[in-house]
Amino acid sequence: MNVVREFTATAAMGEKIRGRALVANDGFSARYDLDRVTGTFSRPEHKLHGRSYLGMVLVLDRAKGGVATAWMLNEMAAREVMPAALVLNTVNPIMVQGAAFAGTTLMSGFAEDITRAVPDGALIELDPHAKPPVLRILGEPETGA
Amino acid sequence: MLRGAMGPARQWAMQHQQRVGTYFAAPDLVKVGQAHMMADTESLGEAGIAFIEGLAAMPEAERRVRIPTITDPRGTDFAAAARLKQQDWMIALERRAIAAFEALGILMTNTCINYQTIMPPVKGEHVAYGDTGVVIYCNSVLGARSNFEGGPSALAAGLTGYTPRYGFHLDAQRRGSLLVELNWTPEALHEWGALGGVIGRLAGDYWRVPVIVGLDRVPNSDELKHFGAAMASFGSVAMFHMPGVTPDAPALANAFDGTPPSAQKIGRSDVEALLASYAEGADAVDVVVFSAPQLSLIELQMVADLLEGRQAKVPLLAITSPQVKPDADRMGLTQRIEASGAMLLQGMCFYQSYARELAEANGWRRLATPSAKLTNILGGYGYRPVLLSMEACVEAACTGRLA
Repeated sequence: MNVVREFTATAAMGEKIRGRALVANDGFSARYDLDRVTGTFSRPEHKLHGRSYLGMVLVLDRAKGGVATAWMLNEMAAREVMPAALVLNTVNPIMVQGAAFAGTTLMSGFAEDITRAVPDGALIELDPHAKPPVLRILGEPETGA
Repeated sequence: MLRGAMGPARQWAMQHQQRVGTYFAAPDLVKVGQAHMMADTESLGEAGIAFIEGLAAMPEAERRVRIPTITDPRGTDFAAAARLKQQDWMIALERRAIAAFEALGILMTNTCINYQTIMPPVKGEHVAYGDTGVVIYCNSVLGARSNFEGGPSALAAGLTGYTPRYGFHLDAQRRGSLLVELNWTPEALHEWGALGGVIGRLAGDYWRVPVIVGLDRVPNSDELKHFGAAMASFGSVAMFHMPGVTPDAPALANAFDGTPPSAQKIGRSDVEALLASYAEGADAVDVVVFSAPQLSLIELQMVADLLEGRQAKVPLLAITSPQVKPDADRMGLTQRIEASGAMLLQGMCFYQSYARELAEANGWRRLATPSAKLTNILGGYGYRPVLLSMEACVEAACTGRLA
């Protein structure tokens, strides 16, 4: 598949992964923002409120809030109510610790605002093992995305 | 440890720390004096508890923590679980988790105010703390050194006695990066929390360190508790300086590398705007909650005084630590609070106690609290929270209405 555009990151972990992007210029916390039973964004003020994150590559601005995400990513993965991967402009330790514990693919630190660079619904690929790690846009959003 | 010579528990812990440390380019590990672990069962889930039970099944020499390791609030107060309409499966998970943690040698302190009640860290002490309110208070007010350590990482620190040296363990990260000039000093605790929320939103980033000037007096511990907890919740902020109050920056000149940036001015109107944003359209309440952080003995006395001779029409939950509760019992505060029909709970925190299920089981949606942190968290759980003074919260509990 042709690469439409690619972006390098300063840090990443986890496995190489491909999926549809769910994008918003907003923060992320598993406790603050998600209904982890239905797999949707439940915080009314969140820009993705009401949307399902199941199997999507979340592309968001920054990690926020408390420490619960460090356990919750693992719990969500075990129940398969989980995004495919996390992409953030800026992480905090909790997001990294949670991804490390759950084995989640995580990428952060871009030269530009990644939430503006990646179209919502685009097919993207994360390669954490590339030097430096790279996010590739492989295709345009699906119709209706 | 990394090679497994000290058993698979410590090997897992070191591998976890290696992954995290590598992500942040930590040069090495630093010895820590204490670990504080957040591990409520809503967050752990069945998968997390099974993981802990796996560690607990290992030989004692391999599984026990190497440094004092204490716990954040649990997901219930067993004595009150039935009144809260918590379900049997929640209680069963709690009992399993507690048994596993105890097998690891963890001290079940069940508190988020350990800096007021257990063993506060001292200036320069490296620790691995796992509640954002605890971290920001200890970094800022006490001069200790910790990152936000989520449950797995705090547990790993307990098992190894180390944590990766990055972030707030390093001098460079502890320098000021945002100057906030106040022209107003809060009085009530909810105002301190709201101010922390405003500054947290402004900072909006774990790696920014606000430097706050312009207060007309030195805040006390409870005020800084609410201020810091809200800043950490709204902005993921882990440290602030108050020149003249906090130890890392005795004066403004010590707070920044070089010339301070232009000041962001914040005043009473900013705090009132945050309060108003939650109050919009609210006229009645279903439940009133004093929690997040757990209440100090002094706060409990304030609640008892406000409830004197009154009866709560809607449930009022006041939540404290297992360390404070016996004092409240001994000094008659528990009896005075519960004479109003309110509940004094211990060892839990409202948002860590299956808040969504509590809402569904009890029909709670409109919630009043003096905790800015709680107000910030509960929207995602389906509540419509309003942030009020302690006096207004008690009034709301006794009338069911908002003044």
